[in-house]
Amino acid sequence: MRALNTTFTHIRRSPYQALAASLVMFLTFFAISVFAIIVIGLSQITRYYESIPQVSAFFKDSATQEEIDSLITQIESKSEVEGVEFISKKEAVQIYLGMFSDDPIMTELVSEDRLPASIDVSTVSIDALEPVALDLQKSEIVDKVEFMRDIIGPLRSVTQGIRTSGLVIIGFLVIVSLAINALIISFKISQKKQEIEIMKLLSATNWYIRWPFLLEGIFYCSIGALFGWLLASGLLIYFTPQIQQFLSSIPVFPLSYSFLIALLIAEFIVAVILGSISSFLAVLRYLK
Amino acid sequence: MIFLENVTKTFPTGSSALVDLSIQIDSGEFVFLVGPSGSGKTTFLRLLIADMMPSTGVIRVGNFEVSKLSKGKIPQLRKKIGVVFQDLKMLMDRTVMENIILPLEMANIDKKTARKNVEEILDQVGILEHKDKFPIQLSGGELQRAAIARALIFSPEILLADEPTGNLDMTTSWEIIKLLQDINKTGTTVIMATHNTDIVDNLLKRVIVLNKGQVSKDTKKKDETQKD
Repeated sequence: MRALNTTFTHIRRSPYQALAASLVMFLTFFAISVFAIIVIGLSQITRYYESIPQVSAFFKDSATQEEIDSLITQIESKSEVEGVEFISKKEAVQIYLGMFSDDPIMTELVSEDRLPASIDVSTVSIDALEPVALDLQKSEIVDKVEFMRDIIGPLRSVTQGIRTSGLVIIGFLVIVSLAINALIISFKISQKKQEIEIMKLLSATNWYIRWPFLLEGIFYCSIGALFGWLLASGLLIYFTPQIQQFLSSIPVFPLSYSFLIALLIAEFIVAVILGSISSFLAVLRYLK
Repeated sequence: MIFLENVTKTFPTGSSALVDLSIQIDSGEFVFLVGPSGSGKTTFLRLLIADMMPSTGVIRVGNFEVSKLSKGKIPQLRKKIGVVFQDLKMLMDRTVMENIILPLEMANIDKKTARKNVEEILDQVGILEHKDKFPIQLSGGELQRAAIARALIFSPEILLADEPTGNLDMTTSWEIIKLLQDINKTGTTVIMATHNTDIVDNLLKRVIVLNKGQVSKDTKKKDETQKD
């Protein structure tokens, strides 16, 4: 309790240093929060696509209904196929019109002649997509085949790329934060050199002197973590309707509040570790 | 109580502050430590509170073997020894009360008891009415009394005073000496380093004269020789 009081006295007596330290920490934790939200969001999108393994085959205009039915029977007989859904030209137009109902320019141009009939083939696993797609591609009535690998592959690469670049940026920010926090605590220790010397002569133990400085470092990091998380979470909540609209059918947002709370707790733990390490470095260097 | 045997303190520059010094001071004594500047008086006092370690020799203070004391035990030793520093070492941004309560805070004594103890000590040294003033608002004598009050806060067995009358006029100096004598009468061992020959000559107390880090005169030894 006494150490805590001394810590707050230190902070009150040098508000600009406290502000500078907290702002640097805020920047670091804001970046951590943003990258965590993006990576989690992308992972959920990837998981969504992985959870609905599907191949779409679009038929040539010349394909007859008998030929299509025969192909459907042939595909349905495969063990790795879970189901086949036929979408006629007419149904395709209906789906299209539904998707662009609020855009008259897009809906004006479309007719049954423009959109091909197709089948959506669901497989039991994502690994079965490729052989099913190859079989469909071999059929003479099939014009084009698309399957989820085309989406999941790039999505995984993007997620991995953001994760890697995020880790590099966060790593750099963490090092900068550690250095700045250690610098500010060192500066405060050197400012109080005479006071520390007197305290030691008056029987103060090393930890009596160290605790307020350690707590000060932890305080700056915790404040940075709290405000970094608040801003990132606020932005996420604010932009959730737009993101939801953009991702339309993919049920990723809103991210659950339990995830945000878990993120805050994790950031507090990181803040305590960061604050302790940086302050301890300063304390070890200047309070031998 | 205090025992030094063949103590030498040599600094990294090669100069020696104390050379083969052997002194014994018993419990309850009042001892003047005199000698010219650089004779080793302050080094002697700093060795007793483990502010520095001897190069060779043995130092014992009560149950503490200071010359072999681990860093962790230094705070315990310093609770047994009150020190009035030559430069007083008061924290200028804290009031008299806050300065004197500091050692009690370090010992985790509750605030109410600590404040009561400080008020008692301030009353004893005669500056209770100045408890909420900052050091800069006090006169030299009052500041000296505040430093003595802080040194006495743990009721130490030993009180070390380094030139406590250094910057004071004669009247105030005698008031401080009277205070130190009163403290000594309660059983506290007092060791006072001074240049003030008037005070030393007027009080019939033990005098240890240091010169170039060695004892050139010790009136106790002389008394013992005379008794023999």
